[in-house]
This record gives sequence, C-alpha cells and structure tokens, in this order.
Amino acid sequence: MTAENIIEVENLTKIYGQFYANDHLNFSVKKGEIFGFLGANGAGKTTAIRILCGLSKPSGGKITVAGFNVYNQTEQIKRNIGYMSQKFSLYDDLTVKENIEFYGGIYGLNNKTLRQKTSDLLQKLDLTDKQNFLIKDIPLGWKQRLAFSIAIIHDPQIVFLDEPTGGVDPITRRHFWDLIYEAAFSGITIFVTTHYMDEAEYCDRVSIMVDGKIIALDSPDNLKNTYQVDTMNEVFLKLARQKIN
Amino acid sequence: MRVILHLLKKEFRQIFRNRIMIPIIFVMPIMQMLVLVYAATFEMKNIDFGVMDADKSITTNEFVQKLSASPFFNLKATSNNLDEANENLLNDKVDLILVFPENFEKNLVRDNKAEMQILINAINGTVAGISQAYLGEIIAEYNKQIIAEFYKTNVGVGQNIRIQAQFWYNPELNYKVYMVPGILVVLVTVIGMFLSGLNLVREKEMGTIEQINVTPIRKYQFIVGKLLPFLFIGLFDLAFGLVIAKIIFDIPMVGSMLTLFIMAFVFLLVVLGAGLLVSTFTETQQQLMFVGYFVMIIFILMSGIFTPVESMPIWAQKFNLINPMYYFIAALRMILLKGSTLADLQYYFYSLLVFAIVMIWLAVWKYKKVN
Repeated sequence: MTAENIIEVENLTKIYGQFYANDHLNFSVKKGEIFGFLGANGAGKTTAIRILCGLSKPSGGKITVAGFNVYNQTEQIKRNIGYMSQKFSLYDDLTVKENIEFYGGIYGLNNKTLRQKTSDLLQKLDLTDKQNFLIKDIPLGWKQRLAFSIAIIHDPQIVFLDEPTGGVDPITRRHFWDLIYEAAFSGITIFVTTHYMDEAEYCDRVSIMVDGKIIALDSPDNLKNTYQVDTMNEVFLKLARQKIN
Repeated sequence: MRVILHLLKKEFRQIFRNRIMIPIIFVMPIMQMLVLVYAATFEMKNIDFGVMDADKSITTNEFVQKLSASPFFNLKATSNNLDEANENLLNDKVDLILVFPENFEKNLVRDNKAEMQILINAINGTVAGISQAYLGEIIAEYNKQIIAEFYKTNVGVGQNIRIQAQFWYNPELNYKVYMVPGILVVLVTVIGMFLSGLNLVREKEMGTIEQINVTPIRKYQFIVGKLLPFLFIGLFDLAFGLVIAKIIFDIPMVGSMLTLFIMAFVFLLVVLGAGLLVSTFTETQQQLMFVGYFVMIIFILMSGIFTPVESMPIWAQKFNLINPMYYFIAALRMILLKGSTLADLQYYFYSLLVFAIVMIWLAVWKYKKVN
C-alpha cells in the first residue's frame, strides 16, 4: 500500500445468490486523480461504487477508502467522501438555496461557513438570481451541476459520481466536466462511472468492467495504443466484443 | 442537535409546501367529526311497521295507535293476510310486522293472556335488536295499562319491582359522546402512521434517501428529525379535534387535558413507530398505503372504537391485549367522561409505553443505512 493511494481495493466481491455482481475486483486510486470507472449497463459499476461509499456491504475482499475499511468504519468514510448518484438526489420541492443549506447543515457546517459557502456556490454556478426557484423548475443540466457542487460542499477527500451526466447533451456534459476539473485541481479525488466514452477521454486513468470483472485498467492514451485504435469508444467496443467471443 | 434542527427545518418546509397537507391537517378532522358522527349513528329513528290484524278488536286497534304515536314507529301498511304482510317485509316496504291472531282480545279477557307475533327484518342486526327492545318496552307498558283498566287498580303484577335505570358518565345515552373520542383516535392514528410512513417512503421513491445515507448523519438524528414533525402535527390535530368536539357536540371533558395529552403523546410514539416500521419494508407509497390500511382497519374494528369490546368473543378480547388503539380509546373515554387521572390509568399508560418502546426499537432496528 502506497501512501498516495486513497482507495485500495483487493478482491472486492459482491454476490447476489449465484450471481457475481462484482467478481474479485483489484484496483487502486491515487490521491487527486480523476479515475474513470467504465462499463456497460449492468456491468456492476453501481454495485461497486455503493460498496466504496459504505451504502452496501461487500461479500468479500479488502477495501479501504481514505484509509478506513468499508466493513466497520463506514461512518468515518462518509465524513470524507461526497456522493452523487444517477438517481436524482436533490429535493424537488425545496429551492436551490434550501437544498444547499440543508445538505451543508447535515454535514455539520456552522452557520457562518454555510452562509459563505452558499453565496460562493450560487455565484459560481450563476444561480444567484434563481436561488429561490424550486428544483423541479430548473433544467436538468443545472440540477446536475448543483448536485455535484452540493456533493463537495463539505470539502471531502474523494467524490464518487455515479453516471452524473445521464440524459443531457454533450455541451452540458462539457460544462459539467469543467466543474469536475476544478474540483480535481483543488485536490479532490474524483471517482466517476459513466458509459459515455467521450467522458472517458477526460479521465487520468480508466478501468473497464465487463460482466462484473475489470478487464482493462490504464490511462486512456495507453489503452488506445495497446488496442491500436483512435478513440476510447473503439477500445470499449473491442473489449466488449472480445469478451463475447 | 444542529443536524436535527436542519432536518426539522427541511421537513416543515416540505410539509407546508405540499398543497395537500394543509387540507389534511385542518379539513380532515372537521370532515371526520361531522360526517362520521352525524351519519354513522346507531340511533334508531323511523322504523316503518305493518300490521296484520286478524282480530280487528278495540284492544289491537288501541295498541297499533299507541305504537304509531311513538316517534320511532310509523304505520306503513295494514294487511288482511299473512302473505301480503310478508310481501311488504320482503320488499322493504316495512321493517317489522305485528301479527295479531284471531280472538286476541277474547283470549286476553278470558284467559288473562294472549299471544301475538312480531316479524322483524334483521338484515341489520343492530337495528333489529334495538327495535325489538323498544317494542318490548311499549308492549310491557301497554300490558300494565290493560291490567290497570281491567282490575281497576294501579297495583299490577309487573309493578311490584320497578326498574329505574341511571346511566352514569353518559346520562342521556348520547351516542355522540361515545363516538367522538373514537373519531379522535382514528384521526391521530392516520396522521401518525400514514403521514410519517408516506413521508419516509417518498424519500425512498425519489432516491434522496441514498443521498442522506451517504452523509455522516446518525440514525437516531434522522429518525427524530422525521418523526418529530408528525408528533407535533398529531398533537395539534388532537387539540383541534377536541375544540370541535366541545363546540359542536358539547362532549363532556371532565378529566385533565394534561393527562389526555400525556396519553396521546405516548400513543403517537406507538403509531409513529408503526409508520416508520412499515416504511422500512415497503418501497412505494402505494405499498405502504395497502399495508397500513390493512393493519389499521383490523386494529380499529377490534379496538372498541365503534363496538364494545365486552361483547366481542373471548379470542377478540385477547387480541386487544396487543392492540394499542384499544388502550388509547379506553383511556381517552375514561379521561373525557369519567375524569380519570393518570394514577387511575396506570395500566393503560404503561401498556402504551411498552408498545411505544417495542415499536420504535423494532423500527430503528429494521431501518438500515447499509444493505
């Protein structure tokens, strides 16, 4: 275990009955990197990310997140991570500002910090004049950017993003990734699952998962060289096809 | 503590922003009281009766007139034969039939006794029972009158022992006095169990529960933050309901309101715990409604809110040992009508307390942040 690894996973396994949702996964994530966790729908990405966040118990394996193990130190883990899921996590019937205050509040920020963070965040997202809009009345792209910003409101060491950009156009996705870069630049480790291969290009390293197993793990450039193709999309198709044959 | 305050702030914002909540909190108590108390009544009025009089004597005629004069009985049909009379009963034209056989008066004068028949439609058993009791009273009264006339004396056979009933705690046998506390219990149960349960399941449906579960928030903080608002609303609605009960129905309130609210507080803990428990094993609001409704109907019907527990079969009475509503409705009636104190109600108080502890413990144990 090297000091700079913030997530260490050895033989992570999750079994539902006879079905291996995660089959002996091995990987580590370095502090400060953007780690892409790729795979087709149903490959087991969400299962793994829920285990890393302490939402679900693994069937086996040695897993530490931010130095804490996922079996009995989940409360410490939760203090050090942020999480944004594909299923939408803001309250529809609260306003932009109320959502920020609520999540900041339950992460234990004091009133002064909370006020400061709220106004900074509204300004950064250009939402100051829309702070009293209900979440259900603002566009999806904005909601995603707001949800991400709220997921890191308590300055976690790592943020887990589970298909954060589902359902929006490439330009909106690009805007979202600007926020990710900014967070990464400030030192937050990004762990992101996606099935958009253009997003994979933005990652420092990616792992590709098929049927519960990790079958490739490297930087996007190395992967493209190894498989002698021009895009991550082709890498993915090649690997997925190879698996079927 | 601050975390709980943030949760409470959020819950109250959501509750009062929900357009359906305000009507539920304010209109439901009024509707339940007015509709249920006025409509769901056991009081008997307007019993239509028919007569098949084969005797056609002064005595029978007098008796029929006496019956028609009572506010409860209306003479609807006079028939000349039994078939015709039965026809009326079958067609719902009348609720009961008096049958006087031939020689009714003659037998009465000669033998000092005569027989008559009463046919009652007992599809509604309660109404039939009460009709029979009323009729019995009127017949007995008439009996005395005849005896007095025939023997020219007031000392009849039936007058040696005179029964004079005095009904304690509800001297006028006012049906509403019995009914209103029951409605209040239903109200508090619905608020406590459904609103809290639905609120929790809604977080599951929207997916926000995941986001909450990934924060360092403690289980007890979340649960307190979720249940407290409905505890307030439940107690508020009870107070609101009591005010309506006093103003509109003039329900006696002999006992201390503090005692009443202490009991209500413990009972609300039980139903809030139940709501939370049901929400842990249901995934959608529909599922919760079905499960909750099923449980609640059984508990309501068994509890003695609408029918006296004492007349239930033994197994049903035993069942009520595990029915929190039974304890609360009994305590509520005792406080309101008899003025029972907390000392009198120890048994009910501790029973409810045990339910509250067990229910909340079960719910908290079932509610998991991890799966």
